[in-house]
Amino acid sequence: MSYHITRKLEEQGSAAEYKLSRSNFVPDENGYYGRFGGAYIPEMLHRNVEELRTRYLEIMHEPSFQGEYQQLLHDYVGRPTPLYFAERLSRQYGTQIFLKREDLCHTGAHKVNNTVGQILLALRLGKKRIIAETGAGQHGVATATVCALKGIECIVYMGEKDIERQAPNVARMKMLGAKVIPATSGSKTLKDATNEAIRDWINNPHDTHYIIGSVVGPHPYPDMVARFQSVISKEVRWQLKEKTGSELPGKVIACVGGGSNAAGAFYHFLDEKSVELIAVEAAGEGVHSGKSAATTQLGRDGVLHGSRSLVMQTEDGQVVEPHSISAGLDYPGIGPLHAHLFDSGRGRFLSATDEEALKAAFEVAKLEGIIPALESAHAFSALNQLELKKEETIVICLSGRGDKDLATYMRVMEQNDEI
Amino acid sequence: MSRLTELFTRKKNNVLNVYCTAGYPELNSTLAVMKALQNNGADLIELGMPYSDPLADGPVIQASGTKALQNGMTIATLFEQLADFRKEITVPVVLMGYLNPLLQYGFEKFCAKAAEVGIDGLIIPDIPMFEYEKEYAAVIQKQGLDFIFLVTPETSEERIKKLDSLSTGFLYAVSSSSITGSDKDFSPVESYLQRLQGMGLKNPVLVGFGIKDKATFAMAAKYTAGAIIGSAYIKALENGNDVETATKEFLTGILR
Repeated sequence: MSYHITRKLEEQGSAAEYKLSRSNFVPDENGYYGRFGGAYIPEMLHRNVEELRTRYLEIMHEPSFQGEYQQLLHDYVGRPTPLYFAERLSRQYGTQIFLKREDLCHTGAHKVNNTVGQILLALRLGKKRIIAETGAGQHGVATATVCALKGIECIVYMGEKDIERQAPNVARMKMLGAKVIPATSGSKTLKDATNEAIRDWINNPHDTHYIIGSVVGPHPYPDMVARFQSVISKEVRWQLKEKTGSELPGKVIACVGGGSNAAGAFYHFLDEKSVELIAVEAAGEGVHSGKSAATTQLGRDGVLHGSRSLVMQTEDGQVVEPHSISAGLDYPGIGPLHAHLFDSGRGRFLSATDEEALKAAFEVAKLEGIIPALESAHAFSALNQLELKKEETIVICLSGRGDKDLATYMRVMEQNDEI
Repeated sequence: MSRLTELFTRKKNNVLNVYCTAGYPELNSTLAVMKALQNNGADLIELGMPYSDPLADGPVIQASGTKALQNGMTIATLFEQLADFRKEITVPVVLMGYLNPLLQYGFEKFCAKAAEVGIDGLIIPDIPMFEYEKEYAAVIQKQGLDFIFLVTPETSEERIKKLDSLSTGFLYAVSSSSITGSDKDFSPVESYLQRLQGMGLKNPVLVGFGIKDKATFAMAAKYTAGAIIGSAYIKALENGNDVETATKEFLTGILR
């Protein structure tokens, strides 16, 4: 049965792969999407990044790799994830809303699509040690999970502040056998954890693979992670065809921090001009409140973590600390693909405040019996900002489940009985 | 002849390059630190421009940068501090920093201003070779600034030759594939330095990363033109003495 599904996934994908080879939205050989991307790395990282750059596509296309990857996605991650017609939510907004249920992936979010792919790639590169960065801990958990699966050493860098804020995920990582190292430099959050992971990689140039969790970092990471996440839109196409008779929705909506679930949800629609791609950033306490993570609105061209993109920074070019109630969107940059989607107008970028996201989370819980992650709740809150047509098909990427955010949700319920 | 070329023509061995962070320990101590370094035997100064996310630096240098940023250091402020520095500082000075702040300042404007105040060269570790040739070389060369690339024990011979051919002033040999201030065993590095020595490179080589005392300096200088000290000097400045005393004590320990 899994063979059947694997074949089905591959067949469904081949047409889209072909179109993408001529797309403006895959990077050129130097990793550029328009003016964004590239590999701004010190010489100390050259060997590692170059090894990956020259090998990733070849390895990803090996039949043995694809076989193992598809098998794990099916048997271990639980793919394909359902595309669910959200009837009550659709009625509420007067349109046809489908939810792509990435929250049902093993570990509770889409992050594992990427870590399963990268661990298989790391093993084929002969690596013995895995490092990762994590903010809220979801990517750290997804990395620790696949390292346990493959019996390989796992070190996760996490900002000291985030370790305090995300105790359950720290415990999960430890139970899975990972070593969690606090990042104590700079602002002690995700961007600093990323710096520390990169430094670890510099110090370990032979045996270590760095599993980046989003479509950020030097080329080839943004492309590689997008390809691993592209299974999301690959499935949406055939699932939508089965349910509505058309592969193409009117709109695809996803939240964006670094942008990995959005990249995956958009990927096979990038060249379908009729499909509107809507990215929702975290406005925090308000875009201009000084406590926000809406990078396309607040950022300027810059270089962060090895690629050229939009970066939230001071006038003097120092990277600033963003804010969002959702730790997974709390990043001062955005993947270069998304910067290009924004710049070229192919993507439409909206934002949702902490409060709007919370409201959306409670609405989805009450109407559909699904508690979404705070990140995903941002995507839902876009429904209030869009003109929706009755006959239109909307796909929302429900990137993760909300268990990890219960403490926040409980605080809200205590403060406000009304919700 | 550029100041760097002049230095390496005159002095072929034991060249001591010391790294300091602009705006550290105090916002206005930049010049005092440079003077102290020159007076106590530094042949060359690498002046670091602080950045929030310094990937290629270790914790000691990052902490000094964080302090400098808290002190209020910016590139514009640095150029104000450096406006007349050539009246007192005669040794070559190279600026070390990361690309993002320079892009915000305006890369061309940055190079023009650096040349105007009397800076000799640039070390910008996150401009890789490909981007350098495509985007930055012309601007840097137009201002007559030297540009120094890094090589590591992991860099292939072919690539070392290419990086050497693009570098002017000197070539920065990272002693181990590691970040600054690491305490790794230094001895395996010797064969790498010997290898560099035998390659007939056009630039003099200075060794950085892991040089912290007289012994490591001597070892590095045995195979190359000299070495770069960074974290160890920043640590010395942390110890509370005034800049001149701390610098004198530290450099005497290296050079005596």
